[in-house]
Amino acid sequence: MILSDLVTLLEGEVLFPEADLDREVPCAFASDMISDILMCTKEPTLLLTGLTNNQVIRLSDMIDLIAIVFVRGKKPLQDVIEMAEERGLPIITTKFTLYRCSGLLYNAGLRSCKI
Amino acid sequence: MRVSAVVRSEVMPEYRFVAEGFEDAVRKFEEQKPEAEVKTQFVIPEKDFNTAGKGSSELKNLLKRLGVDSVVLRRIAVASYEAEINVAAHSKGGIMYSTVYDDLIHVRFEDEGPGIANIEQAMTPGYSTADDLVRELGFGAGLGLPNIKKNSDAMRLVSAAGSCTKLEFLIYFAKIS
Repeated sequence: MILSDLVTLLEGEVLFPEADLDREVPCAFASDMISDILMCTKEPTLLLTGLTNNQVIRLSDMIDLIAIVFVRGKKPLQDVIEMAEERGLPIITTKFTLYRCSGLLYNAGLRSCKI
Repeated sequence: MRVSAVVRSEVMPEYRFVAEGFEDAVRKFEEQKPEAEVKTQFVIPEKDFNTAGKGSSELKNLLKRLGVDSVVLRRIAVASYEAEINVAAHSKGGIMYSTVYDDLIHVRFEDEGPGIANIEQAMTPGYSTADDLVRELGFGAGLGLPNIKKNSDAMRLVSAAGSCTKLEFLIYFAKIS
């Protein structure tokens, strides 16, 4: 699956226009706890989360994130969007819940990130 | 001054961990004290979650330029980030010292206190003393120290209530055969 397929599936909104949506998404991880997300050291992954503060973007400096999907209609503040843009990290918001997003993506064949 | 009091204050509770298979390598490193290739340091202010994580991010960039493998890079960055957040979230501020050697990295964190009352409890996955501000940001899962241990080849934590905390870890760039 590439990122643009995911945006369609989750009825998402891409939060900055130049985001690279042709990126291949190999796997995903979902959590609202930072230490949980930091378990993803084995491979680059998509992240689904309800966290929208700057530390979520900072996480992508530590582990390699393909993109971030903000669930439950959450939208980060402009300075956080700019942090993602500086890093070329696509960020997407969707009205769907974390559970629904995970279900839809899993059904579409997206596997869980190795931890 | 009573001598026993001095002795007691010098012997602080300590937690040590060396990953299986790394015992000889770590002992050799501690005995030989090899020459450092690169040294950096980074100030971690108290409760500043705009700055927190920058030191680890810069360290990862430096090691990337030095050609360290990406999986090892992520382990180093995660261990360092968790420690950096711990200093910002739980202490009055501190400093992160990174020393790069030929085949490994040593990262040391020293803070201004107030120290850890029970190290064993702090090492237990799920145990957390994080306040509401810290939890709101998504921290406080009680996995910080366990995550550092999980990603390190060796780790040492020294602390006591009312004292400063010192945490250091070693991560080798390649597997030791």
